[in-house]
Amino acid sequence: MSLTREDVTYVANLARLEFSEDEVTALADQLGAVLDYAETLSGLDTSHIKATEHVLAVQNVFREDEIKSCLTNEEALANAPESEAGCFKVPRVME
Amino acid sequence: MELYQKTIHEINDLLDKKEVTVTEVTQAVVNRINAVEKNTDAYLSLQTEEALEAAQGLDTELSGRTQRTPLEGIPYGLKDNMCTRGILTTCASKMLYNFNPPYNAEVYDRLSEAGGILLGKTNMDEFAMGSSTENSAYKKTRNPWDLNKVPGGSSGGSAVAVAADTAFYTLGSDTGGSIRQPASFCGVVGMKPTYGLVSRYGLVAFASSLDQIGPFTKDVEDCALVLNAIVGHDAKDSTSLNLEKIDYTNNLKQGVKGLKIGVAKEFFGEGLQPEVRKSLEEAIAIYKTLGAEIVDVSFQHLDYALSAYYMISSAEASSNLARYDGIRYGFRAEEYSDLVDLYKKTRSQGFGDEVKRRIMLGTYALSSGYYDAYYKKAMQVRTIIKADFDQVFGGCDVLLTPTAPTTAFGIGEKTSNPLEMYLTDIYTVPVNIAGIPGISIPCGLDNSGMPIGMQLLGPILSEETLLKAAWAFEQESGLTNLKASLGTEV
Repeated sequence: MSLTREDVTYVANLARLEFSEDEVTALADQLGAVLDYAETLSGLDTSHIKATEHVLAVQNVFREDEIKSCLTNEEALANAPESEAGCFKVPRVME
Repeated sequence: MELYQKTIHEINDLLDKKEVTVTEVTQAVVNRINAVEKNTDAYLSLQTEEALEAAQGLDTELSGRTQRTPLEGIPYGLKDNMCTRGILTTCASKMLYNFNPPYNAEVYDRLSEAGGILLGKTNMDEFAMGSSTENSAYKKTRNPWDLNKVPGGSSGGSAVAVAADTAFYTLGSDTGGSIRQPASFCGVVGMKPTYGLVSRYGLVAFASSLDQIGPFTKDVEDCALVLNAIVGHDAKDSTSLNLEKIDYTNNLKQGVKGLKIGVAKEFFGEGLQPEVRKSLEEAIAIYKTLGAEIVDVSFQHLDYALSAYYMISSAEASSNLARYDGIRYGFRAEEYSDLVDLYKKTRSQGFGDEVKRRIMLGTYALSSGYYDAYYKKAMQVRTIIKADFDQVFGGCDVLLTPTAPTTAFGIGEKTSNPLEMYLTDIYTVPVNIAGIPGISIPCGLDNSGMPIGMQLLGPILSEETLLKAAWAFEQESGLTNLKASLGTEV
């Protein structure tokens, strides 16, 4: 199966990426080739197979609810491109 | 032999006998970096002044006591996807060009506690996505055996630093072969431990159910020493295993008499370089002379592993990399119209081509209408691959395979065809899918003098057995602490 340019543009929006016309063409080819290769999977009957999310059967890892030190506000904001009044700053989202 | 060429355990002997100081050892490797780093470009950033200061401090401290621990005063390097407070951690991406982590990776804390001396952060494929280190946004690392060839990837810088003697050991991360394949290409020892054995806290996430940190070393004994320092439960990583600590050097030298070594024809298929095949056959012969029993085993579904791997890893990557949005840290685009445009411009300018491809592939595999066909299917195939390994390890203790189908390829040779690049991981990815441990050790050279690596695999938590089998081969073959041509010329 191949990927159309429309597919690429649709998925790009979901992934919050944008591409030039040339990049869309190249991605349709490259991702199409990988998906064609992955088509081999469809030849395998897995209807009765359980999915494995994690290889180890580690579940429900709990810890005590203790008060511990954590990053200070300054430390948490130190890498922010923009901050104000102890908060991360983003462009206006509501008019 | 120069000081910087020695193994950790050789340096340990000298330090314990007080024949050298930590400062002399550190100065030797810093001089080596100054001499050859311009040829290899293994590091993204260096801390050599801080390293020398730490060495002097440690010498003062050691002069007052008789005991030291095995990694105390040994200079090392970390892959640049492990967080180091106060030291840039870029993942070789423009996206994190200025990221100064507010906390340390657990492995860095452990190595600091063990007295390790950090030399610098090593180059890698951006966000660990790649098989040649050519996807770094900053520089091309070169293979010290032939500077026109790739070092492998994604932990190429970590492999090269050990191969070129610009670190005594390094840590890398392995999601689909990113420790073992570059170890193979560079003629050093590289191990991917069992999933959950080493804490991933502070390792920048690529594919969380597959990622695992492990060592690059000059020989197998060193691998056991580094493993001792980094293994152990960490409450900060919920997938970290809580097990009793063992000393991986205890059974290292016990030999392989009676050990059942499996060989599967599925790992010797089409595309295998003839010299790699020949070298593996010689390795099998060596194991026979050492008293191991060679058994034929076979896999039913190995052909599906690579597809499943690229679906699972890309899906997890697309989710993990959603956090890079230009708001809390890292790169932010300069011009944008609104919030969504800020995300799009930041991500499109901050990520390199391969990272974008994986995000696209993963987003597609997780998107409505395709989830069952790709992602869920891949997770089911994972169950089948795991069962295959369980069945194989019912008949043998360890499995012997090539690490990669070929030796190191040329720089630029595979960059235009992503699928061809992905195929270089065909023998390493099944291991991550099953969560089992694997080690790559040198087993020969090809006709052009490039190192060949062999891979030993075992069931969950079989690290001791793998190290024992690797050590026995290394001793018998004499292929230990190999020196790249760069090592003799410079």
